Amino acid sequence: MFTEKDVKYIASLSRIHLNEEQTAQFSKDLEKILSYVKKLEQLDVSDVKPTSHVLPLKNVYRNDEIKPSLTQEQALKFSVEQHNGSFKVPKVIE
Amino acid sequence: MTETTQQQYETVIGLEVHLQLSTKTKIFCGCAIVFGKAPNTQTCPVCLGLPGTLPVLNKQVLDYSIKVAIALNFSVNSFIKFDRKNYYYPDLPKGYQISQFDHPIASDGHIMIPIGENNFKRINITRAHMEEDAGKLIHDNASNASLVDYNRTGTPLLEIVSEPELRSAQEAYDYLQTLKLTLQYCNVSDCDMEKGSLRCDANVSIRPVGETELGTKTELKNLNSFKAVKASIEYEVKRQKSVLEAGEKIIQETRLWDENKLISQSMRSKEEAHDYKYFPEPDLVPFTIEASVIDEIAKTIVEGPQEKRERLVKDYAISDYDARILIQDPELSRFFEECTKTYKDTKKICNWINGQVLTELNSRKTKIANISLKPENLTQLMDQLDSGVINNLAAKDVLGLMIDSGQSADTIIKEKGLAQVSDDGTLDKIVDELIQEHQTIVTQIKEGKESAIGFLVGQAMRKTQGKANPKKIGDIIKRRLLHA
Ligand SMILES: [Zn+2]
Repeated sequence: MFTEKDVKYIASLSRIHLNEEQTAQFSKDLEKILSYVKKLEQLDVSDVKPTSHVLPLKNVYRNDEIKPSLTQEQALKFSVEQHNGSFKVPKVIE
Repeated sequence: MTETTQQQYETVIGLEVHLQLSTKTKIFCGCAIVFGKAPNTQTCPVCLGLPGTLPVLNKQVLDYSIKVAIALNFSVNSFIKFDRKNYYYPDLPKGYQISQFDHPIASDGHIMIPIGENNFKRINITRAHMEEDAGKLIHDNASNASLVDYNRTGTPLLEIVSEPELRSAQEAYDYLQTLKLTLQYCNVSDCDMEKGSLRCDANVSIRPVGETELGTKTELKNLNSFKAVKASIEYEVKRQKSVLEAGEKIIQETRLWDENKLISQSMRSKEEAHDYKYFPEPDLVPFTIEASVIDEIAKTIVEGPQEKRERLVKDYAISDYDARILIQDPELSRFFEECTKTYKDTKKICNWINGQVLTELNSRKTKIANISLKPENLTQLMDQLDSGVINNLAAKDVLGLMIDSGQSADTIIKEKGLAQVSDDGTLDKIVDELIQEHQTIVTQIKEGKESAIGFLVGQAMRKTQGKANPKKIGDIIKRRLLHA
């Protein structure tokens, strides 16, 4: 059973604010998705190795060579707020 | 008599060390890694995590990691992959850190840490994995905001996690020292705790002696020096004991060490249970590591610190004590070996390096690699000392001046007029004066109190601002007063 408490926990980990209505809706939706996944669990996969990647590719590297970086202006173009060359965000307290 | 059976506790410590690998570029993009640049000038779409970009592993990061793994007696895993560690914090532009979860680069390593003079204890190291560093956050009280600089984002780190086998703050300190030394010999990082290229977190718990289950642990962070590692663990063990003795429970939490107040404080903001929801990084393909690759990298490891110690004792006939000092800094032992190429009294040059040179370095809070003193500067100074051009006292001054100015010994001796006075006529005249001025001492010497000669030699040095040849002065005094 996927409870509203689970939804609230995931929302808090993801820093998402949900209202009561959304919480109820998401717990219903996620419950449906999980029950579908439960169906898959009925398959016998004991002979199947876990797959992390579907493409038959491995060992793709780059050499330790410097490429030009963005300028400060370019990097900060995507910021909502900035100050002295830094991204400015709501204060996080340690 | 009242019962005083106080509960004895055993301390259990595991250390997590983050080593910054000194590659030219970041782990997954070509941004240069340079310190002290203006904020956000070393970023690109990849390390900023912009949509549609793909990370690609820097081969050098993998090779360096394998090198460290070999030096720390790890098994290098033949199959490795990367995973996403998900959490939301503004220093992480993507909302996840690329790390390694279930297939790290290395497993089951160990190092031997010294216990007393000649014993060692084996400390097992669980794993080592590659990951990317986060950005830097500055909390700005004035504007009630936090400022983020992503230059450091994507800097390659190797996290080295020990088993909880350390039993005291001192053992943790010794483990870290040995680990750092071994890492320094790998030449893959500058291993500087103050600069943050070697970082250490400590997991600390205590349990009643005899108990096999682990107690609840706390994680200590912000340990910026060896001293901080030791002091914070000592503080934490005391704190945990007093919590248990008060009948309360240890809370699993992260605690931040305050180096000025010498206390740790709970980081309440991080108390929320972590759930990193690790999953395979779909943007990076997996890697297989062939034995031949490991063999090739193993060849680049020339000599570990303990092997070097043994060789120095054997090749240069210096004491084990001196060899231990020399290996603490690979550059210092290299300096010593360079000196011995032209200067043959290996014990004497070693004494000078471990004595006078280290004293000068310590007083300047620096290391041999950061000063302009060359091996040939020191051997030239030794030659001048041996041939009697200068005395010991002047030699010490010249060394300091060489370190500060980068000039040669010869130049300094000439410019400062430090060459000692050895000319017989001048020295005879000085002794004449001394005999006049110190009649009582003279009588004592004549009556057989030879130790008083030292006093007169000292006076001669004073008269000449340290430039008299002390051996010659002593000889003249003896000749004049004892054999007359
Ligand atoms: Zn980049």
